[in-house]
Amino acid sequence: MSKRYLVPIVYIIFLMLPIYWLINMSFKTTNEILNSFSLYPREFTLDSYRTIFTDPSWYGAYINSITYVALNTVLSVALALPAAYAFSRYRFLGDKHLFFWLLSNRMAPPAVFVLPFIQLYSSVGLFDTHLAVAFAHMLFNIPLAVWILEGFMSGVPKELDETAYVDGYSFPKFFVKIFIPTISAGIGVAAFFCFMFSWVEMLLAKNLTSVAAKPIVAAMTKTSSASGYELGLLAAAGVLTLIPGAIVVYFVRNYIAKGFALGRV
Amino acid sequence: MTLELKNVSKRVGADMHIHDTSLVFDDNSFNILLGATRAGKTTLMQLMAGIQKPTAGTVWHRGKDVTHVPVQRRNVSMVYQQFINYPMLSVFENIASPLRVTGMAEKEVKSRVGRAAEILRLTAMLDRKPAELSGGQQQRTAIARAIVKDSDLIFLDEPLANLDYKLREELRDELPKLFSGRNAIVFYATTEPHEALLFGNQTLTMHEGRITQFGPTAEIYRKPNSLVSARVFSDPPINIAKVTKKGRSLQLAHGDVTWPVAPSAARLPDGDYSIGLQPHYVLPQKASETSGALSGRVLVTEISGSESVVHIDVGGQTWVSQSHGVHPHQVGEMATFHADVSHALFFDSAGKRVS
Repeated sequence: MSKRYLVPIVYIIFLMLPIYWLINMSFKTTNEILNSFSLYPREFTLDSYRTIFTDPSWYGAYINSITYVALNTVLSVALALPAAYAFSRYRFLGDKHLFFWLLSNRMAPPAVFVLPFIQLYSSVGLFDTHLAVAFAHMLFNIPLAVWILEGFMSGVPKELDETAYVDGYSFPKFFVKIFIPTISAGIGVAAFFCFMFSWVEMLLAKNLTSVAAKPIVAAMTKTSSASGYELGLLAAAGVLTLIPGAIVVYFVRNYIAKGFALGRV
Repeated sequence: MTLELKNVSKRVGADMHIHDTSLVFDDNSFNILLGATRAGKTTLMQLMAGIQKPTAGTVWHRGKDVTHVPVQRRNVSMVYQQFINYPMLSVFENIASPLRVTGMAEKEVKSRVGRAAEILRLTAMLDRKPAELSGGQQQRTAIARAIVKDSDLIFLDEPLANLDYKLREELRDELPKLFSGRNAIVFYATTEPHEALLFGNQTLTMHEGRITQFGPTAEIYRKPNSLVSARVFSDPPINIAKVTKKGRSLQLAHGDVTWPVAPSAARLPDGDYSIGLQPHYVLPQKASETSGALSGRVLVTEISGSESVVHIDVGGQTWVSQSHGVHPHQVGEMATFHADVSHALFFDSAGKRVS
């Protein structure tokens, strides 16, 4: 093997090490994790995974997370589409300021919004619901989705809109049948970023829920339980948390770079 | 009379895009909109098509006021400079698109698309996506979509500008044939005077949002009604010079040049005028009796195969000569040309043609 493979191999080892260690731990018993150093599980066990898939407080947390993430992604993209269309196609009073203002929402740390959200949601009966977390995350995701979609939409010449009108399409028909398929890559990228933010965000998700809508990120960070440290179990939960992200990345892998440039490539 | 604009104007913010315009276009006519970029050709087309609404004035089609009829219900076609097709649809579906909207039967759609594809030589590409086609084929697809339905108005907005030279020549020959024999008014926007001359028919010259002249193409070229029309419709640019007429002699404002007055201009009162002289009337050899000499320093020489274009400086003014044959002139040398004064167009101080 030639030397030129050395750098990529070292690179991949460094990148994969924490993930390998997490997977390694998830197949070990807590006893082995705490008492020995082993590069692979000596006593291979699936107990941790079995617990997660049978204990409702564990798998329920996954269902909660997936529910609010899905809600959030669908609502964010659905609301961002018309907004992005307006920003990309029309000139109106203060459009540039409004557009920048959208992004400035993302400059505040989520912690700032925890207190007002808890108080507001408690008073309108939204506290500890999936919708509460989905709405809170929309504050961050809609601006991002608008920015990404606006970039993709501005890449479509406005003559395409006009051609559709000339062909006889009404505006709603054009938007659904022609425009949305044309920018489907952008919608995929926007959905990916909404999903990612919502899936990994912990502070708001944890504080806006207590029992009924408790998310996996909250369940995963309770380091000890009645039976002491359960590191194997937490590791297995961690592995399962990585999987949805990996699946989503696989589908949008070809468009991610464009998405990071907010569609302006 | 079938399409009529009555005092139409278009203002966007503080900018006047189209100044007060009234025009009538006949059925089955081929109209060329000639003007530089940003002269308002596209805006005028969009106003006629109904894509944009005029700020003031009305648009009439076949005796009906259609000013507020949306473009969807106007039965028009449009082809743009950029190759605009629906990227996710096959070429077949792209061409079929205006028919699909009307809910036409599948059999009829197939036969119409088949015919349009055949005319534009796209039959072999019907299953492909537009992105897999060459630029010329993409534009053919857009043109096929424009002819597949029986439009009342067909707008071609510089359709050949983005094509390379060979394809442009090819498509330019085909276009008039495609649109002749249709019961439609065709509009063709272009920035190239030479293209307007090739198509003939009617030309409408535009400059900064105003219609400067509308009439048979050859007539506008030979007898522009104003300095602005003359400038729009000439390539290489028409020579324009300030002159003073005194009796039977013309004194040029720049350079020590005096020419005889041609009989056509003899009846004009003495005074100051601008004259316009097409570059092909300024020749290296004496071609007629009514010519005046022009001596100056050569600034630029462009020789394209069988034609020479020479720019000379006469007393601070640039004159352009266009002649057949190769006439090499060294830049900087003195040269004498002969301007055929009988073809000079006279414009008054307001820029209106007087002779």
